[in-house]
Amino acid sequence: MKLFEFQGKELFKQYGIDIPNGAVVERKEELDDINIPFPWVMKAQVLVGGRGKAGGIKFANDLEEAKKIFDELMAMEIKGEKVRRVLVEEKLSIEKEYYLSFFLDRSSRQYLMMFSYEGGVDIESMAEKIIKVYINPLIGLQPYHLRRLPKEVRNIASNLFKLFVEKDCELAEINPLAIADGKAIAADSKIIIDNNAIYRHPELPKEDAELTPLEREAKEKNIAFVQLDGNIGVIANGAGLTMATLDALNEFNGKGGVFLDLGGTDDPEKVKQAFELMAKANPKVILLNLFGGITKCDTVAKGIIEFMEKHKLGCPVVARIKGMNEEKAREMLKDYVIPVESFKEAAKKASELGRD
Amino acid sequence: MAIWADENIRLLVQGITGHQGRFHTKAMMEFGTKIVAGVTPGKGGQEVHGVPVYDSVEEAMERKPNASIVFVPAPFAKDAVIEALDAGIKLVVVITENIPFHDTMQFVHYAKYKGARIIGPNCPGIASPGKTKIGIFPNTIFKRGNIGVASRSGTLTYEIVNALSQAGFGQSTCVGLGGDPVVGSTFIDALKAFEEDKETDIIVLVGEIGGTAEEEAAEFIEENVSKPVYAYIAGRTAPPGKRMGHAGAIISGNKGTAESKIKAFEKAGVKVARFPHEIAELIKNDERI
Repeated sequence: MKLFEFQGKELFKQYGIDIPNGAVVERKEELDDINIPFPWVMKAQVLVGGRGKAGGIKFANDLEEAKKIFDELMAMEIKGEKVRRVLVEEKLSIEKEYYLSFFLDRSSRQYLMMFSYEGGVDIESMAEKIIKVYINPLIGLQPYHLRRLPKEVRNIASNLFKLFVEKDCELAEINPLAIADGKAIAADSKIIIDNNAIYRHPELPKEDAELTPLEREAKEKNIAFVQLDGNIGVIANGAGLTMATLDALNEFNGKGGVFLDLGGTDDPEKVKQAFELMAKANPKVILLNLFGGITKCDTVAKGIIEFMEKHKLGCPVVARIKGMNEEKAREMLKDYVIPVESFKEAAKKASELGRD
Repeated sequence: MAIWADENIRLLVQGITGHQGRFHTKAMMEFGTKIVAGVTPGKGGQEVHGVPVYDSVEEAMERKPNASIVFVPAPFAKDAVIEALDAGIKLVVVITENIPFHDTMQFVHYAKYKGARIIGPNCPGIASPGKTKIGIFPNTIFKRGNIGVASRSGTLTYEIVNALSQAGFGQSTCVGLGGDPVVGSTFIDALKAFEEDKETDIIVLVGEIGGTAEEEAAEFIEENVSKPVYAYIAGRTAPPGKRMGHAGAIISGNKGTAESKIKAFEKAGVKVARFPHEIAELIKNDERI
C-alpha cells in the first residue's frame, strides 16, 4: 500500500526526520488559516509518479495566488488519478539535493540502502552514480554502512532505516533529501507498506487509495481481483493459472478485463461472491478456467448455480472445467454455461465472444 | 534419487490440527509420505489421522522428524519456522501465504545460518512421485519419470504437470518455489540440484512476472546446465504496477516483464512455450530427446 506524501511525512516526523513546515488542505477556505510565511510550495497529493513533470507542484507568493493555484491543482488529473488534497509547505532555500532509500532487494534477498549525491530526478536515470549498501536483515544497519554517506545525512538514514523495518515498508524513500541552511530535510516522501503486514499496523491509514472501488470491495472479501483494460472477465483458481489464462486470450486477440483468482477455495459462498464482483465489473463475456486438484469442481459449480439462480447475468460464461469431480460439475452446469474442453479452446471461444 | 525430498523423509506437520493441516496430512499419507508427528501449541496429546500431536517441535523431536511442513497462519508462521530450525530440522516447507516479507527475510537468513533449506513461502511444496510429497499438490497429477519441475506458481504447475503426465512424461521431483518476492529456494538452487540428480534428464521451469529470478536462472543455465530446459512464463499481458494475485508478481518500473524473461531464456537455449500445456508438445517434438 502506497502512502501519500503527507502521510509519509507524518511518519518521518514521528521518527525524528525533519520535514518542511506544512499543512494538508482539502478545502480552499483552509488556506486562510495557514500560518507559514510566503512563498509557498503547493503540491498535489497523488500516488502516481511523475507529478512534477505533469505540473503538480507550483509556487505561490501570496494568498490570492495560492487560491488560484489551489483550484488549478484540485482540478487536475495526473495519469488518471484525481487530486483530492494539496500539501502546502514553506519554500526551502535548498543548497543540495540528495537521494536516499531503503527497500527490499529481491534478487540478493537483502535490504538495500541506496544513496545518490544527485537527488530530485528519476533515480533509474542515474544508475551509475548510486552508492548501494546491502544490509543483512538479521543484523541490520551498522555504523560502517552509514560512514559511506556524507555526515549530514547519517542521522536521517539511521532513522529512516528504523521506520523502514518497524513499519514493514517495502520502500522508504526520500527524494529529494534537501540540504537547506546546513540541515538535512525530507522534501518529499515515498513509502510503500507491505500489504501482508498491514494487520499489525492499526496506526496506519486504512484506505488503499490506489485501488478501484471494486478492487477495494474484493480486498475486503479477500478475493484477488485486478481490473484491466479489456472486456473479458477471467475467473480461475490460482494466480499463475489466472495470468496464463489472460495471456492465452491475447493469443486469440481477446483482451482480459478482470483478473479474478479464486484461490484454493471451493466454498460455494465464496464462489458466489466472486461472481457477484465479476458481474459488477460488467464484462462482455466471462471465462471460467478451473483446474480442480484439491478444489472440488462440483462444489464450485454449486456456487455458480446459486449465483445464477438469483441474478440475471447479462453475459455468457465460457467454462473449462478440469480436475476433481469434473463430470459432475459439467452435468450440473450444462444449462448455465458454454462448456469447452481445452485451455486453448476456452481462450479462443471467449475471445470470439468478446469481439462480437 | 530425486532432489531435496525422497523416501527417507520423516515429516513433521506444523499446524496439523487446522482445517488445511488435517486435510493435507491425510492426502500426503495417501501419497505415501511418512508423517511421524504434528505440532499445534496447546493441542498436545491429540491424534490426527493416527499421527501424534505435540505442543512444541522440541517435544516432537522424539519421533525423529527430518523435515517439516508449515500450515500455520501468516501472523505466526515466522515463529513456527524458527522453532523448527532451532530444533535442528534441515528442510522446512512453508505453505502459508501472506507472510509479511520482513518476517520471511528473517527466517530465510536464519535458515542459511542454520544450514537448512526453506521451500516457499506461499508455495505448493515438493513432490517426488513414488517417494514422498511434502505439500498440497493433488496426488493424481503425477507420474514417476525423469523430468524435474520447478515453479513459482501453484495451480499452473498442476496444469503443466498433469499435461506432462498425460503425454507420458513422468517427473523425478516437482518443486513449487513460491509466489512471494522473497523465497527460501530459487530457480538456481533447483537447477543446480536437477543438474546433479541422476534421475532427472529434462528440466521444466514455470516462471512469472516480477523480480529477476528467471533472468538469473537463464544466466546460470548458459554456464552450468547441460540438460535440456523448457519454460513457461505467466503474465505476458499483465500491466505494470499491478500485483497479479501473488505478492511477487508485479512489474516495477520496467523490471520484471515476461518479455525480458522469455528473451533471457531463449538466449540461454531454453525452449519457451506459449501455452502451459505446450511444454509436453515441445518435449515430444524435440530432436535432442
